[in-house]
Amino acid sequence: MVEKIKAKQVEEQVKMINIYIMGKHYQVPEGLTILTAMEYCGYRLIRGCGCRAGFCGACATVFNFKDDPQLRYDLACQKTVEPDMYLVQIPFFPAAKALYNLEEIEPDVEQILALYPDLVTCFGCNNCTKTCPQELEVMWFMSDALRGDIGEVATKSFDCVMCGLCAARCPQGLVPYNVALLCRRLYGRYLAPVSKHLEDRIAEIEAGKFDAELEKLEKMEKSKLQKLYDERDIEPAY
Amino acid sequence: MYPLYMEESIRKVEASRGKRLKETLSRLTGEEKTPLLKKHHPDFIGESMRELLVGSNKGDRTPKEMADLLEGNSRINPDKIDLGKVDYDVDVLVIGCGGAGASAALLAQENGAKVLLVTKLRLGDANTVGAQAGIQAADRPNDSPIIHYLDTMGGGRFTNIPELVEALVKDAPSAIKWLETLGVNWDKEPDGSLHELSGGGASRRRLHSARDYTGLEEMRVLRDEIKCRQIDYIEFAPAVELILDDQGRVAGAILVDMEANELSLVRAKAVVMATGGMGRLHIQGFPTTNHYGATADGLVLAYRAGAEMIFIDTMQYHPTGVAYPTQILGQLVTEKVRTLGAQLANVDGEQFIMPLEPRDVVASAIIRECQESKKGIETPTGEVGVWLDSPMIDIIRGEGTIAGELPAMVRQFARFNIDIVKEPMLVYPTLHYQNGGIKIDTNGATTVPGLLAAGEVGGGVHGRNRLIGNSTLDLFVFGRRAGKAAAEYAKKVKPGSLTLDHVRQWQAELKKAGLADSRPISPLLLPNYARQPHDYLPDYTKPTLTVGQVKIA
Repeated sequence: MVEKIKAKQVEEQVKMINIYIMGKHYQVPEGLTILTAMEYCGYRLIRGCGCRAGFCGACATVFNFKDDPQLRYDLACQKTVEPDMYLVQIPFFPAAKALYNLEEIEPDVEQILALYPDLVTCFGCNNCTKTCPQELEVMWFMSDALRGDIGEVATKSFDCVMCGLCAARCPQGLVPYNVALLCRRLYGRYLAPVSKHLEDRIAEIEAGKFDAELEKLEKMEKSKLQKLYDERDIEPAY
Repeated sequence: MYPLYMEESIRKVEASRGKRLKETLSRLTGEEKTPLLKKHHPDFIGESMRELLVGSNKGDRTPKEMADLLEGNSRINPDKIDLGKVDYDVDVLVIGCGGAGASAALLAQENGAKVLLVTKLRLGDANTVGAQAGIQAADRPNDSPIIHYLDTMGGGRFTNIPELVEALVKDAPSAIKWLETLGVNWDKEPDGSLHELSGGGASRRRLHSARDYTGLEEMRVLRDEIKCRQIDYIEFAPAVELILDDQGRVAGAILVDMEANELSLVRAKAVVMATGGMGRLHIQGFPTTNHYGATADGLVLAYRAGAEMIFIDTMQYHPTGVAYPTQILGQLVTEKVRTLGAQLANVDGEQFIMPLEPRDVVASAIIRECQESKKGIETPTGEVGVWLDSPMIDIIRGEGTIAGELPAMVRQFARFNIDIVKEPMLVYPTLHYQNGGIKIDTNGATTVPGLLAAGEVGGGVHGRNRLIGNSTLDLFVFGRRAGKAAAEYAKKVKPGSLTLDHVRQWQAELKKAGLADSRPISPLLLPNYARQPHDYLPDYTKPTLTVGQVKIA
């Protein structure tokens, strides 16, 4: 497959570096990601691998270096391997998730605390922020949640891929990514301003406003449709 | 950071920027498009495809990689399966949990069905999360479902099934509303109107986005809703075969626990197939934007159960996959970069195609520019690409636009010391989407009773080329329709006794055609990227080893 062939090509041109997977020594060509380095070493992944493009959070991982014990955090599909890296896989981490019916809850701080009461035990160690591979201000949006500033949580947490590293490192067992998800859903459902033009269009469609014209187009022969298409006016992109 | 020689080409891109900002290339006419596509689009490379020799689409052409799997050997031996031992008994089984599967599960549950959702990886691990640019819906006053219909048909070269397109465009605004009611945060203007952008082949601004994390935002919400409603789901448990009943209707599936290598049997009155696409087959050796599990499993299962396929000879190559840096080769550079104003430029900084043509056209133009005109830029590892001039966006729309609209792209390139606010991105087409699939009707019904399909695994909606933002729309329109229809069907149907005779017949047909020994085991389940083969393990890729239980290759 493609990625495998690439690795082979790279092998001929580039120097090999030492890495350690679950403590075992391997040599891989420099320039691979943590994920492709593991595959180069022969790992066939089932867990810990999803979109392979930095969006799904499946491959969240920790690593450190031979002579530097401090843990670092990243997504295995995006992070390039470096010499003397110690790599692991985190296939799953248990974390609490509140159950709720969005239609029956209120967008306020009491509701957030009712669903995630442990939020008040945050003592501001900032480990969550330090672990975030998306470099989000996790501790700050947790404090926004504690104050009930739902819009601020939604904005600050928006790029969260829900990898779970923040929850894995929280000494209080809090689950910032699920708190943020609750807040974003509350914001979208209750606090975002309503789009009148969307409501109007839905009503028009339900009233059958476009049915006759659509039926005409569906029955139109291809050449006529092509002509309509070629001659249609195009709104400027900006 | 780009190598020095690439920086030299970037200087030319910068030098031509002023001129290009004033330069508008016109769109190609139908007559101009045809020769470009025929000469340069990968779908038209004859030797990349072959005819299917067995099954309901016998005689139809499809990429060789896909043909092998469609003609593959079953992972199970029907004689060793005890159909009397049912592990799960439900009304509706949904296979796959991206946007389509999740929508189908929610709607089936709302319509009174007992639902089981099974997925090969984690809940929500699907191409949906990687969808960045947005979702189309004609809801602005100067737009209408009529115009959306025309754009979609034209984009699909008028091969789309008209009534499916009608369903797509008419359901679109209510799909946006449905997602918002579930808590999706759309990009909006301060007055509440939706912030909408243009897209390739769209004649109005109708792309709804959530920064450039649109699919992620949709999937996070749907996944949460499934958990909140306590819909049953099983992860890392792909289906390896469908089960029929004695009247030829789909009546369940056989699952495998990929870690414990254990089979389980689901009896269901209806099955919704929502397994997505095939990017990980790397058709013609292309890299792909697709997630790890995109291996055409649903097509294989449905085909073996007798379902008819449509447009399986056409794939979408997204025009702008990453060509450099190598670590993220083939990953998606969202079309939103072009909708915001970035142009494409060659090694000399010249434009060569209107950047908002449909994807098949732009991809073909990039391939022509690199392969025929030799005006691409070669990377240190031998890839080739053209520039996507992202810095234009802030010049056109004001400083900060890129940071606000494209945080995922900024973040992804910043990891490699490339600042897309200041420097362009090097791109080349990448395998992105399966335009066709299992033939469906407006409620997701396939040609096999009891089997429905939705999302990328389905075919007909997009014809031979899908437009930007119509795939995520397809997920929610046809996912919801299929979920509802499956629940209604389940209320009426009286299931017969279970059988795997179709698998026996399939294997006999393969044998008769002389293919049994030369075809792999399918579904593939996962691509094999491990460089070192596990020599001490049995080689499950050899078809002669089909006897026995399940083969996790």
